[in-house]
Amino acid sequence: MSTVLIIEQVLNGLQFGVMLFLMAAGLTLIFGVMGLINLAHGSFYMIGAFVAAAVAAATGSFLLALIAALIAAAAAGAIVEMVVIRRLYATDHLDQVLATFALILVFSEGTRWIFGSFPLFLDIPGYLSGPVTLPGGIQYPLYRLTLIGAGLAVGLGLWALIERTRVGIQIRAGENDREMIAALGVDISKLYTLVFALGAALAGLSGALVGAIQSVQVGMGEPVLILAFVVIVIGGIGSIKGAFVGALLVGLTDTLGGIFLPQLFKLFMEQSAATNAGSAVASMSIYILMSIVLIWKPTGLFGARP
Amino acid sequence: MIQERYLNALVLFGLIAVPLYAMATEELFTITLATRAVILALAAVGLNLALGLGGLVSFGHATFFGIGGYTMGVLAYHAQTYTALDLGLFTIEGTKSMPIIWLVAIILSSLVAVVIGMLSLRTSGVYFIMITLAFGQMFFFFTISWAAYGGEDGLSIYVRNGFPGLNTLVPIQFYGICFVILCAVLFLNARLAKSPFGLALNAARQTPMRTQTVGLDPTRLKLVAFVISGAITGLAGALFADLNRFVSPTMFSWQFSGEIMLFIILGGVGRLFGPVIGAVIFVTLEHFLGEITDFWHIYLGVILVIIVLFARGGIVGLLSGRGGGHD
Repeated sequence: MSTVLIIEQVLNGLQFGVMLFLMAAGLTLIFGVMGLINLAHGSFYMIGAFVAAAVAAATGSFLLALIAALIAAAAAGAIVEMVVIRRLYATDHLDQVLATFALILVFSEGTRWIFGSFPLFLDIPGYLSGPVTLPGGIQYPLYRLTLIGAGLAVGLGLWALIERTRVGIQIRAGENDREMIAALGVDISKLYTLVFALGAALAGLSGALVGAIQSVQVGMGEPVLILAFVVIVIGGIGSIKGAFVGALLVGLTDTLGGIFLPQLFKLFMEQSAATNAGSAVASMSIYILMSIVLIWKPTGLFGARP
Repeated sequence: MIQERYLNALVLFGLIAVPLYAMATEELFTITLATRAVILALAAVGLNLALGLGGLVSFGHATFFGIGGYTMGVLAYHAQTYTALDLGLFTIEGTKSMPIIWLVAIILSSLVAVVIGMLSLRTSGVYFIMITLAFGQMFFFFTISWAAYGGEDGLSIYVRNGFPGLNTLVPIQFYGICFVILCAVLFLNARLAKSPFGLALNAARQTPMRTQTVGLDPTRLKLVAFVISGAITGLAGALFADLNRFVSPTMFSWQFSGEIMLFIILGGVGRLFGPVIGAVIFVTLEHFLGEITDFWHIYLGVILVIIVLFARGGIVGLLSGRGGGHD
């Protein structure tokens, strides 16, 4: 086990983590501001990936594809918010879970209807492909490094938006007391649509970016959705900071667990049994992490007291 | 408008009449479909006890369904390969007898429900939904990498397990077993809801603080409800595995947890027959819409959204004219 391998895996974990953060940030914003559990968030991730793949195939431009993915996911988010989600804010969590579960069915089958069952492929553009040499002589794919950078940049932008702009003040006020800011003259339903579209756009962007390193297919959103939920529950629902810390924790645990747990088990087990047991525990590791966090802190790391 | 108890009687009548008619006309597939509906209804009746009566939105009931399924799978696998099941300290023989399998499934899922319940009930609201989901995922990934029992491919059982005095290979007889179990559990459920325990549980859901003030422990009441609920869903899992003669990690999938929750909301939360009606409608839609179009999930999704938005109280609430029955 060399240091090079460890650094590579840590970078992989970071890359996975920041992409999860893009998903989780939208989810946690939507929950924090509107109190809504949105299971259909994974669908925006899928929409982003599919639109990016289709546009890239038609125009050959990766940048155009990303922009199209952002716009399409935001538009889908805004439409869904206005048609369905808006009516769910006042209902209990159970109805929200069911209605958004139903939306997943509609989106997944709709996408299958339009694009067919076969996976699409989105290629990494030439100027971002190939490895780069990091200090210390480590070869690492440029695209993955770009993903880390893009994720961190978007995170920074989100922070600036929420902490430094007027819309951000309204969003934060909406989290604390929605009646009050409505009384102060903010158009609350427009604000809700905006937040929902923003969350959807982040998910779409993440889907498009990740779409270039895995296949673009129907149902790709759900595993990420579940992980994003784990992230926001660990971080504390409603907290962007929590989502960031949670995303990195989950990304690193998942990636490093898959590599090191089988090694760890080899210390006291025979070869094949250790590989089996190690990979079994590794695939469960983030859920174990989540249970431990929740048992220790029932509202997550940065969650508000109930 | 129709009174709820007449509606319930109508459903029971349908569940007897349709399979008998199918037997007379030798449409074996209809019987299999009805068996599937009854078993899924049983799983949802189990969840409804925690969800409708106890207000516990468990998004991980597939855990118990899967445990029931794997209980059947593992025991029958050892019986069909004539190998002993090594438990470390001692070994046991596999079995092909349904009553024994059911008993083991109920015991195992109750034990797991005690552990999951004790840990999960420390949280509430969305966190409860998510931690139960996490436990389900743990089992899902565990069974995927559990190579001894098929891993991702699952486990096939060649002959359906036996029940003393009946030939379970005859579809209508297996249906009879499942139907009788469903009726027994529904009866139990109705009695439980009216019992002192059921009333206390209802109170714990609606006003936990007052319940605590009069000296009842809401968390303990909810834990007991969660365990009974898990045991019923576990039993349903064992039956489902016997229907398909196949178990696989998909029994633990979170989609299944969502599906049984969907039966309940479709039928009506907290209604005795809500989950039964929901499951029957789902299986029927799945079959007939599935024949018309490959994309039947779109229509199912649209129907569900409409029910959630406009028919609070589900189908039972809609038909009996008293929407929003719960809380």
